[in-house]
Amino acid sequence: MSTTTVAHHDEHADHPTGIMRWLTTTNHKDIGTMYLTFSLIMFLVGGAMILGIRAELFQPGLQLMKPDFYNQLIGVHALIMIFAALMPAATGFANWMIPLQIGAPDMALPRLNNWGFWLLPPSAILLTLPFTLALFGIGDGAMATGWTFYPPLSVQGGFGVDFAIFAVHLLGISSVLGSINIIVTLFNMRAPGMTLMKMPMFAWGWLITAFLLIATIPVLAGAVTMLLTDRHFGTHFFDAAGGGDPILFQHLFWFFGHPEVYILLLPVWGFIPQILQTFSRKPMYGYKAQVYSLWAIGALAVVVWAHHFFTAGLPVPALLYFMYSTMAISLPLAVLFFCWIKTMWRGSMSFETPMLFTVGWIILFGIGGLTGLVLADVAADAQYHNSYFVVAHFHYTLFAGGIMGIMAGVYYWLPKMTGHMYNETLGKWHFWLTAISFNLTFIPQFFLGLAGMPRRIPDYALQFAEFNAISSVAAFVLGLSQLLFVYNIISTVKGGKKATDQVWEGAEGLEWTLSSPPPYHSFSEQPVIK
Amino acid sequence: MTTHSGNHYFVPHGALYPVIISAGLLALASGFIFSVATDTNKDLAYLQSPGQWMMYIGAAIIMFMTFKWMSAIIVESLTGQYKKWEDKSFRIGMIVFICSEVAFFAAFFGALFYMRVLSVPELASFDPMFTPYKDFLGTWPSVGPGGVVLGTEYKPAALTPMGAWGLPAINTALLLTSGATITWAHWGLLKDNRKQLVWGLFLTVALGVAFLICQGLEYHHAYTELGLTLNSGAYGATFFMLTGFHGFHVTLGTIMLIVIWLRSIKGHFTAKNHFGFEGVAWYWHFVDVVWLGLFIFVYWL
Repeated sequence: MSTTTVAHHDEHADHPTGIMRWLTTTNHKDIGTMYLTFSLIMFLVGGAMILGIRAELFQPGLQLMKPDFYNQLIGVHALIMIFAALMPAATGFANWMIPLQIGAPDMALPRLNNWGFWLLPPSAILLTLPFTLALFGIGDGAMATGWTFYPPLSVQGGFGVDFAIFAVHLLGISSVLGSINIIVTLFNMRAPGMTLMKMPMFAWGWLITAFLLIATIPVLAGAVTMLLTDRHFGTHFFDAAGGGDPILFQHLFWFFGHPEVYILLLPVWGFIPQILQTFSRKPMYGYKAQVYSLWAIGALAVVVWAHHFFTAGLPVPALLYFMYSTMAISLPLAVLFFCWIKTMWRGSMSFETPMLFTVGWIILFGIGGLTGLVLADVAADAQYHNSYFVVAHFHYTLFAGGIMGIMAGVYYWLPKMTGHMYNETLGKWHFWLTAISFNLTFIPQFFLGLAGMPRRIPDYALQFAEFNAISSVAAFVLGLSQLLFVYNIISTVKGGKKATDQVWEGAEGLEWTLSSPPPYHSFSEQPVIK
Repeated sequence: MTTHSGNHYFVPHGALYPVIISAGLLALASGFIFSVATDTNKDLAYLQSPGQWMMYIGAAIIMFMTFKWMSAIIVESLTGQYKKWEDKSFRIGMIVFICSEVAFFAAFFGALFYMRVLSVPELASFDPMFTPYKDFLGTWPSVGPGGVVLGTEYKPAALTPMGAWGLPAINTALLLTSGATITWAHWGLLKDNRKQLVWGLFLTVALGVAFLICQGLEYHHAYTELGLTLNSGAYGATFFMLTGFHGFHVTLGTIMLIVIWLRSIKGHFTAKNHFGFEGVAWYWHFVDVVWLGLFIFVYWL
């Protein structure tokens, strides 16, 4: 066997420096860093948009913007937060950590990996360009349809809709490439002896996420392509006059859209148990049960989509089916909650910032899950549909369940990635400010929704004024406290107390055996797992 | 599953291809949007010709850089960088990629089934007292009941549906035969019979090109004689989008076949190491299977 004379020219740290390093890199750590940085920037951009919306909603009446611009902000805020903030953050962690956790020298398809990232900036440009063009008097701004693109509104809209369609296309290609890479890496690059059932939970979460992406993102691509041809080439997919149906779009969109929720959450469900076992200083409870539950949720995710449009006029048998199958998801999810809590049970717990975020995450995401169960009830949904109740619900799942989980991951792995400890006091301030202001922002929205305030409307009736004022003030606190997060990250990257290799006392797994920060090329020789 | 220890995995050096292709995609997409912006806003007609130029430039960048990228991979392959371990990555990656393509076509097949089974019959089954579509029968193939679409009147034109047993049947035969010839070429490669390999690939390419010519004739026939256009309601939309995307995939497949045919002539691929060949062959079989689905559900039934 060739053990001595292998050409190691790619092994040297002779990578280009400066901008060329980042443009051309095939290194999983570099690419992971780019994903995470991009995600943080877009998180601030999307956040700024929603602060504009909350400012408008501070009082009844129209103060700051025209309704059309308000709608544009809402749709682009959602697309940015979902596709450009949350998904790249999860992919960034995957790039950084999966090779380290499974003892691989790099991702399996490094150049494809680079392409997967570099598709994101063009999509971000496509999403925001219509705003800029409108400033110069070209066109009428971004799409004003909400992120769901429902026809016939999206067939009527100006070229902002086209920009969003192509942004979604590019983001979709990026996600498919990333998923291919992760699936291949997990199947082909694991260290000898690491069987599938010995993989870290984060790897499991991402494997199922990747399968979901492969199955659903192309369907979204197909749906928005039909929209494009309806807009410009005279097809009648979503048009009753030609035999089509606007509801068809809702089916296609939510066939992607519901699994998308799990695409955003499964990676988080992967590393949350790892954080819990680290700070509880005992092994995670029910590894197998968690893996099977993740699979069960992944499988159920693709068969429940129509609960997003119960009120669109589906036949009763379909309503019943989608109601029961949706509620069935709560069973494996309950197993996961049980395992997370049992991991902490009688553990020797300590509450550093990652653990604070994780425990807060469990509670807040629990609220998101339970309110989802309420929405899954067809009869109740007739009242809640399209109200602020839905807005509050999916922010409990996607902000608390998604972004706060990602923040836990950032604090957990930042010392490993940078080699420096972050500022613990600042981290704790960030957590408490985020958790409290988040609840103050969204709890009022539950009540607003129950009282009948519709979403996506810039004005509202007078009786909603107090709750909206509270929500708006809290949203600004929430937004501004994220600046602490940004400051903490930047100062940790620049310097700080040296982190040890293990970083956390209870941390276990291959990534903690490497130095902090790990060498540019890690695991050129694969470790053997016993 | 993984049983490598002490092996060296080839991590390719960095390259600018991905970044430049992404920039090309940005130019292509925004150029296209500008070129059709006048559809929704008449004031933007001045964007049309710059948009078209952006499209051409973007497309040229994408094609040129793809060519360069693939050339780099071929060089790396010929210099022996890709061994068993890397080969397995490519294989799994290709399988997953084809799965994603299946999901893409599933969206369009889903739209076809939805219209045939649900939306078209439903339009014909409203209460006769209240329906706006009084004389609409809801039989397939349907061009829809007609009506006002976003302010303009849509009057479905009469059409003759595309029969299954003319050109489409010939196309089925062509594609199935090409599936056989590429397998025959593969046998040649495995037996180290280069002549069989090169001729097998040549025949496959020829059959692919013949398929595309027939599809061109079929489209011409549809537009000029049958009155079947992209504008023909549910039937026209699903017919052209499904067969059109399939034809696009056949075009890509044929280009890939030409590449591996030329590579075979130059003496690339060995009996043991020929993922490039197999990846294209898998893709070709996938295109073949999609066609069978099209033939059954779009043309025949």
